[in-house]
Amino acid sequence: MQLSVENLRVSYGRIKALHGIDFHLDKGEIVCIIGANGAGKSTTLRAISRMVPVEPGSRMTYMGQDLLKHPADRVVSRLGISHVPEGRRLFGNLTVLENLQLATFARKDRENIPADIDRVFAIFPRLQERVSQKSGTLSGGEQQMLAIGRAFMSGRKIMLLDEPSMGLAPLLMLSVFKALREINQREGTTILLVEQNARLALQFSSRGYVLENGSLVLQGNSAELLANPDVKKAYLGG
Amino acid sequence: MVFFLQNIINALQWGSFYAMIALGYSMVYSILMLFNFAHGDIFMVGAYIGFGVATGLVTLSATGFIALPGWVILVLTILLSMFLTSFVGMIVERVGYRPLRDAPRASAAITGLMIGIILETGNLALMGARRVSFPPLIESVTYNIGGVFVTNKKILIVVVSLAFMLALHLFVQRTRYGMAMRAMAFDFVVVPLMGVPVNTIARLTFAIGSALAAVAGILFGLAYPVLDPYMGIVFGWKAFVAAILGGRGSIMGATLAGFLLGFIEIFVAMIFPSTLRDLIAYSIILLILVFRPHGFFGEPYSARLRL
Ligand SMILES: Nc1ncnc2c1ncn2[C@@H]1O[C@H](COP(=O)(O)OP(=O)(O)OP(=O)(O)O)[C@@H](O)[C@H]1O
Ligand SMILES: [Mg+2]
Repeated sequence: MQLSVENLRVSYGRIKALHGIDFHLDKGEIVCIIGANGAGKSTTLRAISRMVPVEPGSRMTYMGQDLLKHPADRVVSRLGISHVPEGRRLFGNLTVLENLQLATFARKDRENIPADIDRVFAIFPRLQERVSQKSGTLSGGEQQMLAIGRAFMSGRKIMLLDEPSMGLAPLLMLSVFKALREINQREGTTILLVEQNARLALQFSSRGYVLENGSLVLQGNSAELLANPDVKKAYLGG
Repeated sequence: MVFFLQNIINALQWGSFYAMIALGYSMVYSILMLFNFAHGDIFMVGAYIGFGVATGLVTLSATGFIALPGWVILVLTILLSMFLTSFVGMIVERVGYRPLRDAPRASAAITGLMIGIILETGNLALMGARRVSFPPLIESVTYNIGGVFVTNKKILIVVVSLAFMLALHLFVQRTRYGMAMRAMAFDFVVVPLMGVPVNTIARLTFAIGSALAAVAGILFGLAYPVLDPYMGIVFGWKAFVAAILGGRGSIMGATLAGFLLGFIEIFVAMIFPSTLRDLIAYSIILLILVFRPHGFFGEPYSARLRL
């Protein structure tokens, strides 16, 4: 087990978002969490990235060591867990290249950075054409590519992806998911994908969890989940 | 014409003071969405630290133990005071602001006011009510250029200020720390996801702003040697005006607005009695703000500063 999460509970003030969920990731896997609006998908990713405080009793370990002893920036720089946040959240005032460079802020292996930037451009050639464009002026699809590229630069042991399909045309979506699979296979990056688009997520992943109102209600093989009548009814449109 | 040129030089000098202080205000504001109302007092503390360092070096030099020329003392005073004053800024950040990062902005604003009062009265307690005078360090030389009188100190003040502003600009544009600052100004919530330790960047921002305020304090002490514990208040307010007028996140804006303030003040005083100077000058600035409510060069920032 690369990442293990036990009894994860998160509240925003008095609103309880996660009621004690358990799941794990093995190295090199692609895993998805599907669920409706407000189920707590983004909150789960934010908790792993230490962007929101977790309640006492929650436990998270990365390769056996306590993840909760690291603040948010070290989860990225020490543990190599990167996060493509909901809505991409690029730094619109920085150029494409600067967004990629910023993600390497704390990296010690500075000599490898230029080659990594070239790899991002090899995966997403459209970004290379726009290196010195301000990222705020990119199209939605290009922004998603840059958000993934940025995560690639910052850490690639595990990538947490929050709705990468959002707002993308079907063709572009396919190319983004192809790129993610390429990263997964070439780098051995574990991918945890959170999606409202359940069919897409289950087709892309090998295992899945179903989150409902802050609790995990189902888990299993993605193929099995795709065939599960309850999942079909609730998330796949019948 | 001569009179006009004479005033341009004065305006550049005062603009330098305002701009150097405004930069610290502007940086903290754009990165942490916070008005550091103690910043004018950090300028005052910087001037006093400069006074202490300069007096110490002059005394040391007078013993003949190591005789240093005045300009060497000045350079050492600037560098040492920047270093020492940056710690004052970092302490202010750690004690006064970091615990209040998530507090309502109004609470953070009053901490600034309180820290300001503490610095003023703390200085009063330490140094007593007497005014201190800054050692001259370099001899005043007045050049007469076609009827325009320029002192070497005025030239020095403007040149040194411009050099520091240029250095800051390069730092912010070219280094990864500067890049992290620009990113924080846009959306500080997701900056940690880039592996950037935000507390380090916040501390650095306070350190740089305070060091620049110290330079302004020393340069001011060279031109107007009498220091008092409340000298930072008016400067602080004016620099604050310049920082906002320049536009959020804009170093260029804060610099230009600082100089604009200098120019407006000096040229108003050229036409009107000096008692009316600030009345008219700040009415003009109010008018500018009415027409440009976002300031000169407000950088765009993400409206979603929360998760
Ligand atoms: N910053 C916040 N403050 C207060 N409540 C929040 C905050 N963020 C999320 N919540 C609440 O926590 C619950 C879970 O939200 P979360 O964003 O994790 O859902 P989600 O599954 O990602 O939904 P979506 O598919 O719409 O993105 C929701 O009820 C939401 O209203
Ligand atoms: Mg979400």
